[in-house]
Amino acid sequence: MDVGIVSYGAYVPRYRIKPEEIGRIWGVDGKAMGKGLMIYQKSVPSPDEDVVTIATEAARDMMARVPDVNPEDIGAVYVGSESHPYAVKPTATIVAESIDATPAMTAADMEFACKAGTAGIQACMGLVGSEMVEYGVAIGADTSQGAPGDALEYSASAGGAAYLIGTKNIIAKINKTLSFTTDTPDFWRREGQPYPLHGGRFTGEPAYFRHITSAAKMMMEAMETKPEDYTYAVFHQPNGKFPTRVAKQLGFTPEQIEYGLLTPNIGNTYSGAVPLGLANVLDHAKPGDRIFVTSYGSGAGSDAFDITVTNEIENYKRENAPTIERVLENPVYLDYGTYAKYKGKILMSE
Amino acid sequence: MASVAKEWREIPGRYNLQGTKCENCGKIYFPSRSFCPKCRRDSIGKMTPVKLDRKGFVYTFSVVHEAPDCNNRQKPYAVVMVKTSDDILLSGQLVDVEPENIEIGMPVRAVLRKLDADGPAGIIHYGFKFVPDY
Repeated sequence: MDVGIVSYGAYVPRYRIKPEEIGRIWGVDGKAMGKGLMIYQKSVPSPDEDVVTIATEAARDMMARVPDVNPEDIGAVYVGSESHPYAVKPTATIVAESIDATPAMTAADMEFACKAGTAGIQACMGLVGSEMVEYGVAIGADTSQGAPGDALEYSASAGGAAYLIGTKNIIAKINKTLSFTTDTPDFWRREGQPYPLHGGRFTGEPAYFRHITSAAKMMMEAMETKPEDYTYAVFHQPNGKFPTRVAKQLGFTPEQIEYGLLTPNIGNTYSGAVPLGLANVLDHAKPGDRIFVTSYGSGAGSDAFDITVTNEIENYKRENAPTIERVLENPVYLDYGTYAKYKGKILMSE
Repeated sequence: MASVAKEWREIPGRYNLQGTKCENCGKIYFPSRSFCPKCRRDSIGKMTPVKLDRKGFVYTFSVVHEAPDCNNRQKPYAVVMVKTSDDILLSGQLVDVEPENIEIGMPVRAVLRKLDADGPAGIIHYGFKFVPDY
């Protein structure tokens, strides 16, 4: 039985801040920092946006594109994030209620740093493939945190994408998925702490690069493929530099990763990063296109996917919701003071 | 602090614009009513849930400069009356647009946003606000 993507939707808040504006406050050459990270601006949620609202927008757009799917046939909703608004009380139930999928379904929130969204896709594949449910929804969304003045403040942004996983009318077949997971403490946030800590350079070679290249090589070995067999590739993108370098190491070309690389324009959306990159690829995909996807979550693990776009994408009502290109149009740029106010970094009286 | 039970009862309307329709006279009410004030006893048992269209246009608006605490990071902000595509008037906040760019007649759609929270430890209230529908 073929399992794959039936629909998708994506959302990114309209506000942006540039690294030079952040650097201006902290006495750092922000422009050089942005150039080094390959991040030229990042998205910022408005004060009334959080993972619930971002995930809901993405999920509603996902459902708008498949008007023939009855939301009551959704048997599972998983929301992956490291910035769930509640420590205890699921984001997933609010999102499920917002798309009329309740009550005959299961739901849960997932957390695995930046790869909780792709972990949700894998869980849905299992449920759908075993015929336990007809459709599963997997969402990756974040309003990620970066301590004021920390290097993360130049990248941590907001956005998310939702995927409807099923077996009927799939626009993209997931040929295979596999993961590479170890205990690698490169980035973490303890319970009750507002900002994460990270291991600096340790987040590179033993963490991001080792896990992505291992999962990617395992996938190409299992599928007996080479980078040139794929039309597009999407890698986790904590900045623009890492995915560009890992793509080169693995033998992918800059053209293959172009559509899947959004971080230079919107920053690191954490759990939303790979789902959003894949959504932009699907916005441009044609039948027969093959997509290589590898996410990464600190802590650490990588999920790899081998995907083939089907003829069904020709009948798919992509026009019922805005493309990523459209979502990213007309951003509003903030100064640091407004950014700090919007992100709740200014202590106010209760 | 608002009653959690009250918040919970209002979820269908706040998340998904669910109102009620009097099957006796056809009038749609939002928020939901269990009883049609026009048909009175003739409406008993005939009030059915109905979902309003999330799209509409600005019927009228006002800009608020003195905000309650829940909105003091967004002021000045606009409250609008929106006529939905099914001809129902709703009121709510219009966000993601600068107040000077709001015009009567502009197309808008309802999205889910945070309305308020019961302090840092209480529940978060989600509900509809409007954004421009470009």
